[in-house]
Amino acid sequence: MQSRLDERFTAAREEGRSLLVGYLPAGYPTVDGAIAAMRAMVAAGVDVVEVGLPYSDPTMDGPVIQDAADAALRGGVTTADVLRTVEAVAATGAPTVVMTYWNPIDRYGPARFAADLAAAGGSGAITPDLPPEEAAPWLAASAEHGLDPVFLVAPSSSDARIRLVTGISRGFVYAASLMGVTGARVAVGTQAADLVARVRATTELPVAVGLGVSTGAQAAEVAAFADGVIVGSALVKVLVDAQRSGAGEAAALDGLGRLAAELAEGVRAPVSASA
Amino acid sequence: MFPDPGGHFGRFGGRFVPEALMAALDELTEAYDQARADEGFVAELDGLLATYAGRPTPLTDAHRLTEHVGGARILLKREDLAHTGSHKINNVLGQCLLARRMGKTRVIAETGAGQHGVATATACALLGLECVVYMGEEDTRRQALNVARMRLLGAEVVPVTAGSRTLKDAINEAMRDWVATVEHTHYCIGSVMGPHPFPMMVRDFQRIIGVEARAQVLDRTGRLPDAVVACVGGGSNAMGIFHPFIPDTGVALIGCEAGGDGVATGRHAAAIAGGSAGVLHGMRTFLLQDEFGQTQVSHSISAGLDYPGIGPEHALLHETGRASYRVVDDAAAMAALALVARTEGILVAIESAHAFAGAFDVARELGPDATIVVNCSGRGDKDVDTAARWFGLLDDAGGADAAADPRG
Repeated sequence: MQSRLDERFTAAREEGRSLLVGYLPAGYPTVDGAIAAMRAMVAAGVDVVEVGLPYSDPTMDGPVIQDAADAALRGGVTTADVLRTVEAVAATGAPTVVMTYWNPIDRYGPARFAADLAAAGGSGAITPDLPPEEAAPWLAASAEHGLDPVFLVAPSSSDARIRLVTGISRGFVYAASLMGVTGARVAVGTQAADLVARVRATTELPVAVGLGVSTGAQAAEVAAFADGVIVGSALVKVLVDAQRSGAGEAAALDGLGRLAAELAEGVRAPVSASA
Repeated sequence: MFPDPGGHFGRFGGRFVPEALMAALDELTEAYDQARADEGFVAELDGLLATYAGRPTPLTDAHRLTEHVGGARILLKREDLAHTGSHKINNVLGQCLLARRMGKTRVIAETGAGQHGVATATACALLGLECVVYMGEEDTRRQALNVARMRLLGAEVVPVTAGSRTLKDAINEAMRDWVATVEHTHYCIGSVMGPHPFPMMVRDFQRIIGVEARAQVLDRTGRLPDAVVACVGGGSNAMGIFHPFIPDTGVALIGCEAGGDGVATGRHAAAIAGGSAGVLHGMRTFLLQDEFGQTQVSHSISAGLDYPGIGPEHALLHETGRASYRVVDDAAAMAALALVARTEGILVAIESAHAFAGAFDVARELGPDATIVVNCSGRGDKDVDTAARWFGLLDDAGGADAAADPRG
């Protein structure tokens, strides 16, 4: 059976474009503020939403997402709030996945989390610090509730490890474009295209590329070789900057919508990278 | 034999890290397996431990302390006499030799009290490696002297301003560095924690403490001790002295966790007594966390024990019952520090003072016919300021004011 993610990626392939995947953390600046921001993103052209679960020890995140997650936790965001956020965003029709470090799911109980995520209309979860070797409970829970478990590959992954990861992923495979933490980069790593090619050699699954993409031009470059373009820190930064400068919610959502629209244009106009 | 090939100690341990680090952990595991089977590597490490670090460290009969406590005969394994003032040197010499063998030119480390940072800076100076130490900003203030020591040794010290600005955040920052620099950088983790192979490898490098202590006690008393007592933060000095005694089922292994203001107050660092099973810093273990799986901030007067987790092999030893874990609060540890100083003329680290406080109870429980070994894991020079404030020993007005807040 095709999942909502499968359907979207198939449709995008037929349109000859890539999907735009947008990340924002739940609870930032408030739970309702984050929901409004995610809906604004979807309205401006984001195809798939990653709802971040703020975590106390985000070892894979750069300063922008760290700051937002920290503020969300100080604001008292809980796992239940994350699920409420998923429900509100999935209601727009955009496939919605949770992006989370493993311990909050471990603590909630993998089976219970899968059940509640599915009930909220979620499509699956991306679990970057859960390697295939430790994933059995989550794979079972996801399968039972029709969720897509998404795992990551990195430029350092051997071909054998890529096969291991693509063998258990559903929905899409998340290819980290470079060796490093989340955050905007001047240029998207040249390693990304090679990595996507190595992933394609092992699977028919769509491949989405994340880490470092912040502009429409970069999105267009990545769209030339990937099925999905994932943008996180650049979108979060719009909200963080608005908070810091004291701009109102309307101005923040406006800025977020402009960036999302620029990125959406990029994934519809793939261009091969210039030298 | 633990761990299994995936790094599991029963249901604990493993590897919970981003895919980007898996290749490096595989490379490290393979390099370590080859190195420990290589006579040349083992001989070089043994040589450095003997001629540079000052091993074997002595076993001291604590006559006056034994008499004062009024229980079992107390023997001290003197890791405080090792170069750089604690057991940390055993691990860093091993890991830095391994880093050099792997062709890495840069070493990064986290540090809480600064003991592991100083030891890493020392080994890097000795072996000509670039060294960067991450330290929570809060700890750089608490342990300013150790920051200066590391800088004198040529290391770059990076104060970490994220999160709670303590050891756990220094580890987060070191992991962020490592994922971007792994090609030429080795992450020298300072305790029996983190993703496989670190808990196993650090234990193996610290095992020398227990190997020596076991032979020394047999030589001194003609029999095995009744108990071995050590303090536990991440737990490397404890794992090092416990491990060779694990098959000796008649020897009680007792770890002392940092109780801070007391477990009941919620302000403590006792992962076993006051925590629950979960995942942190790449391993499954016991940790301080809330109902949502968010890590809770730990509290201890000892910066070196101020960590919300514990090494996964300790979690296993606790579950199987092979080791037992007690809680020692700030006040008991500081009282023990003062007593050891006055009866034995040894100023121990506040970390180690937790082991002594626990050992006094054990000594009284076991009685005068018994013998116990206390791991004196580090010296207390770094803690003189904290201790002086705690006991109100400073003569100036600043000291009197500060006595109300021993954490400075």
